[in-house]
Amino acid sequence: MTDPQIALLMLGLFILVVFMGFPIAFTLMAMGIGFGYYAYYDERRMWRSFDRLDLDVAGGWEQWRLWFEGFTNNRIFDLFVNQTYTVMANEVLTAVPLFLFMGYIVERANIVDRLFSTLNIASKRVPGSMGVAALVTCALFATATGIVGAVVTLMGLLALPAMLKARYDPRFASGIICAGGTLGILIPPSIMLIVYAAASNVSIVRLYAGALLPGLTLTGLYLVYVVGRSILQPSVAPRPTKEDVPDVPMGRLLVMIATSFLPLAFLIFAVLGSILFGLATPTEAASIGALGGVLLAVLYRAMTWQRLRESVYLTVRTTAMVCWLFVGSYTFSSVFSYLGGEHVISEFVQSLDLSPLMFLLLAQLIIFLLGWPLEWSEIIIIFVPIFLPLLQFFEIDPLFFGVLVALNLQTSFLTPPMAMSAYYLKGIAPAEVKLTQIFSGCMPFLVCVFIAMFLMYAFPQIVFYLPELFYGA
Amino acid sequence: MVGFIRFADALSAWFGKAFAWLIVFMAVGTGYEVFVRYVLNAPTSWALDVSFIMYGTLFMMGGAYTLSRRGHVRGDFLYRLWSPRWQARVDLVLYFVFFFPGVLALVVAGWKYAARSWAYGEVSVNSPAGIPIYQFKTVIVVAGLLLLVQGIAEVLRCLHCIRTGAWLAAHEDVFETEDLLMQRANAAEKDAHP
Repeated sequence: MTDPQIALLMLGLFILVVFMGFPIAFTLMAMGIGFGYYAYYDERRMWRSFDRLDLDVAGGWEQWRLWFEGFTNNRIFDLFVNQTYTVMANEVLTAVPLFLFMGYIVERANIVDRLFSTLNIASKRVPGSMGVAALVTCALFATATGIVGAVVTLMGLLALPAMLKARYDPRFASGIICAGGTLGILIPPSIMLIVYAAASNVSIVRLYAGALLPGLTLTGLYLVYVVGRSILQPSVAPRPTKEDVPDVPMGRLLVMIATSFLPLAFLIFAVLGSILFGLATPTEAASIGALGGVLLAVLYRAMTWQRLRESVYLTVRTTAMVCWLFVGSYTFSSVFSYLGGEHVISEFVQSLDLSPLMFLLLAQLIIFLLGWPLEWSEIIIIFVPIFLPLLQFFEIDPLFFGVLVALNLQTSFLTPPMAMSAYYLKGIAPAEVKLTQIFSGCMPFLVCVFIAMFLMYAFPQIVFYLPELFYGA
Repeated sequence: MVGFIRFADALSAWFGKAFAWLIVFMAVGTGYEVFVRYVLNAPTSWALDVSFIMYGTLFMMGGAYTLSRRGHVRGDFLYRLWSPRWQARVDLVLYFVFFFPGVLALVVAGWKYAARSWAYGEVSVNSPAGIPIYQFKTVIVVAGLLLLVQGIAEVLRCLHCIRTGAWLAAHEDVFETEDLLMQRANAAEKDAHP
């Protein structure tokens, strides 16, 4: 077998092992080392000192020691440990634990119920008012925490019963919560974009700037759908009675907004603004966000030792999950490209004679399909890098591609068989809400995602406007 | 057997949790850097190095803890459909093929790497402050050793599961909000329909 064939074998074997459900980070590490040992195998170089040994004079221990030294003298080990260190000293990924910590703290700050009840009253006169309030709460809360599961379950316990009580269509209500909660991985400052930046070497700051308008566009489309459907089909979203949403005088409402909506909005704005205006690196902004989150939790009297400990321990676990994946994939992909795998794939794709548009569609289709069984972290860290070298050939900006991927991966939370958002909601929803109802409620929002992707393609300025405005072309 | 599994779980959790607190130092330290830069106009020379050393130590030391709590991501859309016995059988084989080689390499290669760094007292090149990083490179070896111990425990866990037909879960004291809420909903459901 030639080296490139070995590389393809490596990829195929990897996908097989992924399907068997073994932790992916370690699979990548072991396969990188196994195939790397073959790729960098150099008998003469490795056992140089062993070969020089005079076997008649040297003792058994000495022979064994030098043989073992030769065995571990393969350059793959240097490569592996260097790649590990690269992940450990990665400036972009440093922001990951801090943003996670901020998310876990904000999630525990008892903020979501205040936010929802305030917005519920504030949006009372809008058609589909509770839906709008739920969606905006989800979007805002998801942006601040970035943790999809937490947003969907917390909102599922809070907003879903409220909407069902107001005789909302269960499909409509659950779709809103699933789609709204998933926005947290798209709208900056999201962890997914940091991970994409680390995998693709696109500047994280530009990527945040680029993803902001698309994120808002998608949220806008969701809102248009919720309001539009409520106008056209009032039966899915009846106007709430006084019992569902109490009348509150204007002054009281303003106080409620000032104590629930504004602090969170300010926190998000401070974090994002300081990054976009170049006042702080994402890492610095994230630590300010984390400290701000702690302050917020203290002010809401939600800060306890127990919650702080939970946040700290969950942070280390999620960080380890993401970063060990990088340790594995950096090693795996260097061996893969050393064996010529990258080259084979790019030659194959070039031989297909695709137009850039066809390539883009194909790539997004593959990512969409991968989103069915896999989670975003695996897709971005392992599979997206396979497409990245091809972007240059088709003259597609990796920034633009990244934003499309981020939009696309919204769908992976909403489509079966691994629709995490739908499962989280099902897990806490009243028994009469069926999983099929949740899925069918998500479908219109999937259409919104596709419309948003089409808009990005038709008007790339939505992506490029802010990065060019802030940092030039 | 159960004794060793419990020991490894506790060991990994102790290290993972102890180093998890670095996140608080990271937030405060980096926040301090922003404060002195803008308010006192005197940026530090060490903040960058210190923040990535803390980040790297945090996630490396958390690897074994995460493994013991089944926190490393799996493509488990098929896996979750199997009975625990079959899950354990497959895992048992795969631990030997796809876990130990990588982790052993981490220990052996990390050892050489760190030893070289200790030998000349390596410092970070990012700033003139001369922040030492040999201790940081040693983290690779320690993280690898912790994973090795936890990996042996996971193999025993597989054997235990094959024998008894149920996974022996690690003692858990923190949960993701969504898991906690779903557990509660489940329990409530059971109470409602006994």
